[in-house]
Amino acid sequence: MTGWRRLEVLTEPVIEGAIRISGISAIIFVFGIFFFVFREGAGFLFNHLDWREFLLSPEWYPTSVANKRYGILALIAGTGSVTVLAMLIAVPFGLGAAVFVSEFCGPRLKEIVKVVVELLAAIPSVVWGFIGLKVMNRLIIVLFDAPVGLTLLNGSIILALMSVPIIVSISEDALKAVPDSFREAAMAMGATRWQVVYRVLLPAAKNGLLAAVLLGVGRAVGETMAVLMATGHAVKIPTSLLDSVRTLTATIASELGESPVGSEHYQVLFVIGVLLFTITFTVNLTADLVVRGVRRS
Amino acid sequence: MFAETREGRSSRRAEVVASVILLVATLLLILPLLVILAYLAFQAAPVLSVDFLVSNPVRGMRAGGIWAPLLGTLYMVGLSLAISAPIGVLAAIYLNEYAGDNWLTRVIHLAVVNLAGVPSIVHALFGLGAFVLFAGIGRSILAASLTLAVMTMPVIVASTKEALAAVPMSFREACWNVGASRWQTIRSIVLPNSVSGILTGIILQVSRAAGETAPIMLTGAVFFKSIPEGDLFAYHLFDQAMALSLHLFTISTQVPDVPDPLLYATAVVLVGTVLLINALSIFLRVYLRSRKKW
Repeated sequence: MTGWRRLEVLTEPVIEGAIRISGISAIIFVFGIFFFVFREGAGFLFNHLDWREFLLSPEWYPTSVANKRYGILALIAGTGSVTVLAMLIAVPFGLGAAVFVSEFCGPRLKEIVKVVVELLAAIPSVVWGFIGLKVMNRLIIVLFDAPVGLTLLNGSIILALMSVPIIVSISEDALKAVPDSFREAAMAMGATRWQVVYRVLLPAAKNGLLAAVLLGVGRAVGETMAVLMATGHAVKIPTSLLDSVRTLTATIASELGESPVGSEHYQVLFVIGVLLFTITFTVNLTADLVVRGVRRS
Repeated sequence: MFAETREGRSSRRAEVVASVILLVATLLLILPLLVILAYLAFQAAPVLSVDFLVSNPVRGMRAGGIWAPLLGTLYMVGLSLAISAPIGVLAAIYLNEYAGDNWLTRVIHLAVVNLAGVPSIVHALFGLGAFVLFAGIGRSILAASLTLAVMTMPVIVASTKEALAAVPMSFREACWNVGASRWQTIRSIVLPNSVSGILTGIILQVSRAAGETAPIMLTGAVFFKSIPEGDLFAYHLFDQAMALSLHLFTISTQVPDVPDPLLYATAVVLVGTVLLINALSIFLRVYLRSRKKW
């Protein structure tokens, strides 16, 4: 054995050990995230938490001196309304663009659209929030004669623009995964391109498309800075598109800095973090299972 | 059988309508982005200059430049990259080259997929609980970088794994046939052939880390800190630092009476930096794909 090879034989197990440890680290991190966030909120979770009041009361007054109340229903409504509205906008446009890119357009336009979608995905959320704060804000005040432009509508449009890239790219993957033989068979029977899409491709790719929407939802639910800056600061259940709302994520971001470490308010914010983690974990897990179902069939 | 029918005409009309609607839908996605970016650049023009980049914010951040935040972002992103890239690539090598198809691998895959979908504020809470408090590091560049590293690592693992999997099995088999060990094969054949995919994935995460606000807001980034201008070594590991993303948030929501051009200029520099890094990765991907040997 030459000198170099001898050195390699000695160091190889070390390198391979490092590789194995790195592999396991992913599991450690997921559990770690849940553990450490849970740990900071555990005090409130086990001692003072009244589940009915927490989940069903819209009264969020953590800083009141006389009567502290921790109901997050209004915050859940904020997250829910912004997400649903954003999806109502993003899904048609995202699916439409994916179908267009996949089935209807030429290769050069396809490259341009894909690059633009990638760049759309790259814009930082604080910049989206800034756009909502400065640009959308004025647009809404002017177009709808609203008193304030930082509203549910503002946040939803911004969130839709943020979720579209992920919906487009995963939907496009799902459409690409449908075998060409499906398209050819349909066309051999005289179908137009649109009929191929509508009658053959969409049903065939529906699992992947569903996964795309779910991942878009996960993105929207978890978004923090953009909604913090664009939806206003009102903690109340919205009754119109022009109401200000506050989401779960924005609440944590804006109140954690001011709450003393270890206090009840601080712990409640961490409990909200656990709730968010659980929601997005479930949504992502479902999306992954749905996609796996596709791969198996 | 091939004569023109009423159904044939109406379905072809439907197709034309559909393709127009889809084209419009796609354009409606692209145009707002371009218009918004152009508007940002236009509003920022009076203030943008080299001086803007190298001078500090003054007068309570209502004037001056963005040197301190820019340097802070550089430190945090650089340090987080130094942590997440090696570990991420090694983990991907493990998953693709060493791990068997057993339950442990499936759990790891699930963990990586879910880690990628965790909201940024939850990453912030984790960083606060684990690094700032539990590990006792305190709010600092180190804690913020570790938090960013945990955030970017799963995606680096996923994209590296894809790049490694794209190398044909026959390349590896040829190596084994001449007596190479597994690590030798990886080092000399698999890695060099997947470098483009690995680099692209890493560069994309660099741009993501540069733009994130929530994870660093709670773990080490501050609204204001005074450092000497033009000094590249002004920050230290356990210092708190300003960051460009947080700075944009601060001056647009926490500080009153900031002149508009200053706000837009800060946004333009942030978006510009991120888009430039992404453009680099796209260019790299195209260039290296043309040099692929299979």
